[in-house]
Amino acid sequence: MAISAEEVRHVAALAKMAVTDEELTKFTAQMDDILGMVEQLQEVDTTDVPMTYNVTDARNVMRPDEAVPGTDRAELMKNVPESEDGYIKVPAIIDESEEG
Amino acid sequence: MNYFENDLTTLHAGLVNKQFSVVELVKETFATIKQREPQLEAFLALNEEAALKQAATLDEQGIAPDQLLAGIPVGIKDNIVTKGLTTTAASKILENFNPIYDATVMEKLAEAGMINVGKLNLDEFAMGSSTETSAFKQTKNAWDQTKVPGGSSGGPAVAVAAGEIPVALGSDTGGSVRQPATFNGVVGTKPTYGRVSRYGLIAFSSSLDEIGPITRTVKDNALVLGAIAGHDDHDLTTSSKEVPDFTAGIEDGVKGLRIAVPKEYFAAGVADGVKDAIKQALAEMEKLGAVVDEVSLPYSKYGVPIYYVQACAEASSNLQRYDGIRYGFRAKDVKNLEDVYVRTRTEGFGPEVKRRIMLGTYVLAAGSYDKFFKKAAQVRTLVCRDFARVFKDHDVIMAPTTATPAFSFGAKVDDPVAMYMNDVLTIPSNLAGLPGMSVPAGFVDGMPVGLHIIANSFDEQTMYRAAYAYEQATRFFENVPAIGGQN
Repeated sequence: MAISAEEVRHVAALAKMAVTDEELTKFTAQMDDILGMVEQLQEVDTTDVPMTYNVTDARNVMRPDEAVPGTDRAELMKNVPESEDGYIKVPAIIDESEEG
Repeated sequence: MNYFENDLTTLHAGLVNKQFSVVELVKETFATIKQREPQLEAFLALNEEAALKQAATLDEQGIAPDQLLAGIPVGIKDNIVTKGLTTTAASKILENFNPIYDATVMEKLAEAGMINVGKLNLDEFAMGSSTETSAFKQTKNAWDQTKVPGGSSGGPAVAVAAGEIPVALGSDTGGSVRQPATFNGVVGTKPTYGRVSRYGLIAFSSSLDEIGPITRTVKDNALVLGAIAGHDDHDLTTSSKEVPDFTAGIEDGVKGLRIAVPKEYFAAGVADGVKDAIKQALAEMEKLGAVVDEVSLPYSKYGVPIYYVQACAEASSNLQRYDGIRYGFRAKDVKNLEDVYVRTRTEGFGPEVKRRIMLGTYVLAAGSYDKFFKKAAQVRTLVCRDFARVFKDHDVIMAPTTATPAFSFGAKVDDPVAMYMNDVLTIPSNLAGLPGMSVPAGFVDGMPVGLHIIANSFDEQTMYRAAYAYEQATRFFENVPAIGGQN
């Protein structure tokens, strides 16, 4: 096994997602398959080979430090699920059920 | 309007000579869309009111002979943000997202006078190769409605192939424009990385994503790429290189063109019918005066594993933003802030997206970073070097776009590795940032096959010239699917 159910549950939690037991079984088998395929990269000799994580030729692009009009606040708030007095509303950080 | 029989040049002439007005063209387009959609389900949203308004304005102004694309309808993959028009990326987590700005490509299309008629279906967040992971609809292949349209740009490819619209924009991270273009028998291009701004393209894998046009003909494709390309201050990975007229010299032919054919792209897994079609295509190119050479791209076979490490790593980071706070779906009846995040993401993302986020999180974790992420990034360098070596003495690479024609619904959706192998022939050019396109290359058992043409960085002109010569010699675009009462 390239990855265990426990590890899958752990990465799901790191990514702020919950998985049911049934999903866990399925995801573990599928991710194990995928990581098994990825494993073939280990056969490549990469001694002294640099990493490529982008292919743009641009480096350290600079722009003049000038103020430009920003986005209207009311516009930005249009997609906010819940708001009050111009603020984004979220539930209490501490579990409300524990307070009562 | 019959888009099977009119290309952008004849449509433009019709508008300039006032054979039909823009309003008439747009009205007819919506009528066709409404007639064919029940069978295809390519669109997620129509933009009818705004499109007709824009059409009326254009009619008042009149279309000048140099406004080549003005008044032409276009459809947009629903991961490209459109101001005031719901943009979902085919995900429940964005089902109510109404963008407050336009993607740069939308501004450029509007500048050219093109008319956005609606948003097209895709795999959720462009993650998939069959459009089956869309949270909303199952788009059907234009040629056979029991088969997948390919993906992730399934909606755009089907809408163009079925004659609903003449042009669509898709996005291609590992083959997501070219593979559905192949499956539906149309022309699809992934330009050079940095050629087209990604500003307003909902990010999946930022080092690989690229927006590209889907059209029925090569020249139409070159025209539209010209309209959307160029440097953008909002995307600093865009190149400041001048954008050439991609149609200039397109008719010059391929005498002496040096074509490289990688032997690895005809390896096991490529269907015999597909191999035969592409061998015929190569024979056709030789007849037209090109020189065909077998070459080797030995590291290409690692394309899929590199892709699933890097694309998932980037996706896990890019998709952190969907937390239910500032926009999009927020889970109901939550107890606390942590619960908002977890429940929103758990209920909002589908299984393919979750799997990729988890894989990305895994390969970036401290214990596996060197083994997976660093290794993949190093082998990516070797893939780039493979291409650089071949392009030292060749002008283009030719191969099949996909190993098989379109497959049936459900055939691969539960087997990620089999699904991922769909992109084995297209992924390497994304990894190297090279331009690639698929051109119709005939049929196997009634389903379209695609010729894949890859060119050197920023050399789309040579790619289009080769594609045009092949298209004109074979004219496969004259075959049209039996859809919407055509049969």
